[in-house]
Amino acid sequence: MSPLSITLNGDVRDVPDPITLAGLLEHLGLDPRAVVVEHNRIIVRRPQLAETPVAEGDVIELVHFVGGG
Amino acid sequence: MTDTVPPQPQTSADTPLEIGGRRFRSRLLVGTGKYRDNEQMARAIEASGADVVTVAVRRVDLDRTKEAGVLYHLPANRYFLLANTAGCYSADEAVRYARLAREAGFNEFIKLEVIGDKETLLPDTEGLLSATRTLVKEGFTVLAYTNDDLIAALRLEEAGCAAVMPLASPIGSGLGLLNPYSIRTIKSRLSVPVIVDAGVGTASDACLTMEQGVDGILMNTALAEASDPVLMAWAMRHAVEAGRAAWRAGRMPRRETAVPSSPTAGMLR
Repeated sequence: MSPLSITLNGDVRDVPDPITLAGLLEHLGLDPRAVVVEHNRIIVRRPQLAETPVAEGDVIELVHFVGGG
Repeated sequence: MTDTVPPQPQTSADTPLEIGGRRFRSRLLVGTGKYRDNEQMARAIEASGADVVTVAVRRVDLDRTKEAGVLYHLPANRYFLLANTAGCYSADEAVRYARLAREAGFNEFIKLEVIGDKETLLPDTEGLLSATRTLVKEGFTVLAYTNDDLIAALRLEEAGCAAVMPLASPIGSGLGLLNPYSIRTIKSRLSVPVIVDAGVGTASDACLTMEQGVDGILMNTALAEASDPVLMAWAMRHAVEAGRAAWRAGRMPRRETAVPSSPTAGMLR
């Protein structure tokens, strides 16, 4: 299947189709326990990541804690 | 670095720092930013004796996903992670970041920052009040970084902040406590804890700040940009304890005339 085009952390990129948010984290090499997922401006809780499909045009932000004051 | 300072006299044990129903032994809170590397950060924080450490929320760097993050060096059973909304210039942005931070699953505390100016990084009071009201409704424990204005502090307390965090001087400036009078005034009028945040440069700044009677102090750059952050962290730990003890001890009054310390009677004639 042709890849999905999404906006991920501000950049447009292709991801495999079909894929869930959990699958996307795995595809990127990210630990779901270390990352918070915002899917089209909605925070998706960890248990729901595997149930939430990624769609064409989705805007996804993956954030985590970094050093700060 | 081992502790070579004797413990405080047992007659006068201090109470713990209490914020939002949680208790902390150390009144020194530290940031985790700007260090040379995470190992140095961890050693400095250890030397500081801090219980509460702040972290920021940022996008994952998708090109560097294999590197151990800051949390790897800060065990959650040892440190209380206080997420901040650093870099947010509007209430909406700060609320968005706070919700993301809470989703990481550590606690419901947030160090709220809504910045009003890029050059000075001074806070936007209107934005702080708006964000505080929203976040308090959503069950957050809000600690608000604010300026040293009494009215702003009172409004933030009224809006439901669990603690108010007036600045000593601008973030990262190292200028120390610019307005002791304002900080003393804020502390005398508020019921919630007052934790001075921002602008601390060296140990004497921390000691002087605690002598104003505030409940705690937060610093980041003072440690991270010291030539020896671990040694500075040790110094700050003791400066905070000394300033706090000096305040609790009740200082002598200031006078504009001299009073001799040795008896005037019994002099040879």
